[in-house]
Amino acid sequence: MGDVTLAGIAPDLWKALLETALMVVVSMAAALVLGLPTGFLLFLTRRGMLIENRPLNILGGLAVNFVRSLPFVILLILVLPLSKAVTGRTTGPVAASVPLAIASVAFFARLVEGSLAEVGSGVLEAARALGADNWLIISQVLLPEALPGLMRGYTITAISLIGYSAMAGVVGGGGIGFLAINYGYYRYETGVMFITVIVLILLVEATQWSGDWAAKRFEHRE
Amino acid sequence: MGFPVHAPFERARASKGAFVLELKDIVVRFHGHGHDVSAVQGVSLKVGAGEVYGIIGTSGAGKSTLLRTINLLQRPDSGQVWVRGGEITHLEGEALRQLRLKIGMVFQHFELVGSRNIFENIALPLRAAKVPEPGIRKRVAELLDLVELKDKERALPGQLSGGQKQRVGIARALANQPDLLLCDEPTSALDLETTESILDLLGDINRRLGLTVVVISHEMAVIKRICHRVAVMKDGKVVEENDVYGLFSSPQHPLSQELVEKSLGLALPQRVLDKVQGAIARLVHLGDEAEEPVLAEAVKETGVHLNILHGRIEYVGGRPIGILVVALTGGRRKIQDGLAYLQSRVARVEVIRHG
Repeated sequence: MGDVTLAGIAPDLWKALLETALMVVVSMAAALVLGLPTGFLLFLTRRGMLIENRPLNILGGLAVNFVRSLPFVILLILVLPLSKAVTGRTTGPVAASVPLAIASVAFFARLVEGSLAEVGSGVLEAARALGADNWLIISQVLLPEALPGLMRGYTITAISLIGYSAMAGVVGGGGIGFLAINYGYYRYETGVMFITVIVLILLVEATQWSGDWAAKRFEHRE
Repeated sequence: MGFPVHAPFERARASKGAFVLELKDIVVRFHGHGHDVSAVQGVSLKVGAGEVYGIIGTSGAGKSTLLRTINLLQRPDSGQVWVRGGEITHLEGEALRQLRLKIGMVFQHFELVGSRNIFENIALPLRAAKVPEPGIRKRVAELLDLVELKDKERALPGQLSGGQKQRVGIARALANQPDLLLCDEPTSALDLETTESILDLLGDINRRLGLTVVVISHEMAVIKRICHRVAVMKDGKVVEENDVYGLFSSPQHPLSQELVEKSLGLALPQRVLDKVQGAIARLVHLGDEAEEPVLAEAVKETGVHLNILHGRIEYVGGRPIGILVVALTGGRRKIQDGLAYLQSRVARVEVIRHG
């Protein structure tokens, strides 16, 4: 047991928290801005769907699968040149946000596609039969019907990202993972390790709780 | 259980105006793995303005597929669809969308948007038609009034009963004042009592708005209660087309006969069949002949003994069909004479068991 007190690491812990928050927020924003449309595209280009397009569907699916099949640590290293090009750095939370964003876009896109597929095909067909155009079907039927599922998917993405961001810490990404490795592993500060674990658990719990709450608010099933 | 007596279908109106719907030699094939399945095999039919046209058949007969070709949810492999005198078979994009605004559709499982309230559900086709917001509010109120769900505007579909959901489905289908209403098994997910109220609503709408309706069902009760004419489908083909009274009183095709029998049929318990001696026949009386003392005269003329086992009168489209099941006794000769006499006086005599 080392002699680092809680008060002693408080500034470091605070900094780590902010770094983790930065990584998670940036990649969650990417998931929303890029992953959501990608998920819609994957679903809508399916056979028999509103904008059926086999080549696009296959291409999109392959791209998403490529990212999803890489273990995150490998992805981290693989996109270092890209991180450098985009952020000018290879270490630190800003640089780590690049692979995190890529992973979260692919991850969330698949979850979005799954949530949309859960919407009954009958109600989509009914909207089509009544003369609704694609935009109306998407905005008035597909989106509201899938909303609770989308929120759950977003929550799962956020929780996975908290885990991934900790992994990013291992290769110099900063954040809580970095703290755990530096103090807990390299300096044998088991107490710090415990604290980081507790912080991570609290973060995940809080995320899950707010995600469930939001999904329930939009759940209007019988 | 009283059946409402409907105003007779105004045939004149149908023959004067053009047909609202014409299907010409419609063929639909589904392309399975290695083999094609023909769902609809060359169906032609015409539906006049203001008519309620029924399509009945067992499941898998292709009736749902046929119905879906009318608004091109299913594109036929060959044949033509004509709506209000124009061919629509190859319409696409915006033109198809505009057409669909004028063809309402009601579904077996309602297909309401579960996350949106009743107002929004009914407003959907109005938004599709780009009706401005004040117009939407006014029209939705009218429609809710029509289907008697005035107080449910803010309710979610999940809070309604099956019958209420179907009323919303009907209101939604009528939103843009369609020329044609397609009903895909509209009551098959409902209980008996709700079925009747939904059918009465559809019949009422047909009469009040003069709206042309095509309804498919596997239930003869639906056909009997609201349809004017009916097509019987089997294996992708129309095997009989008839007006509803004609179908019930003298079905031609074996399938029609079977359907009518099941619907009107007076099945006798085996115990009765075992006990009763002689021949058993079912007599079908139509219209005025039901008022003549045919049975008494048969007894007098031929000396046969008649015993009534079962009987009822059905009203189809407001006209009576009388059905009697009688046992004939008194010896082989008299039974034969009696049957012959009845055959000469009654619309239809079916011998259930020979003496």
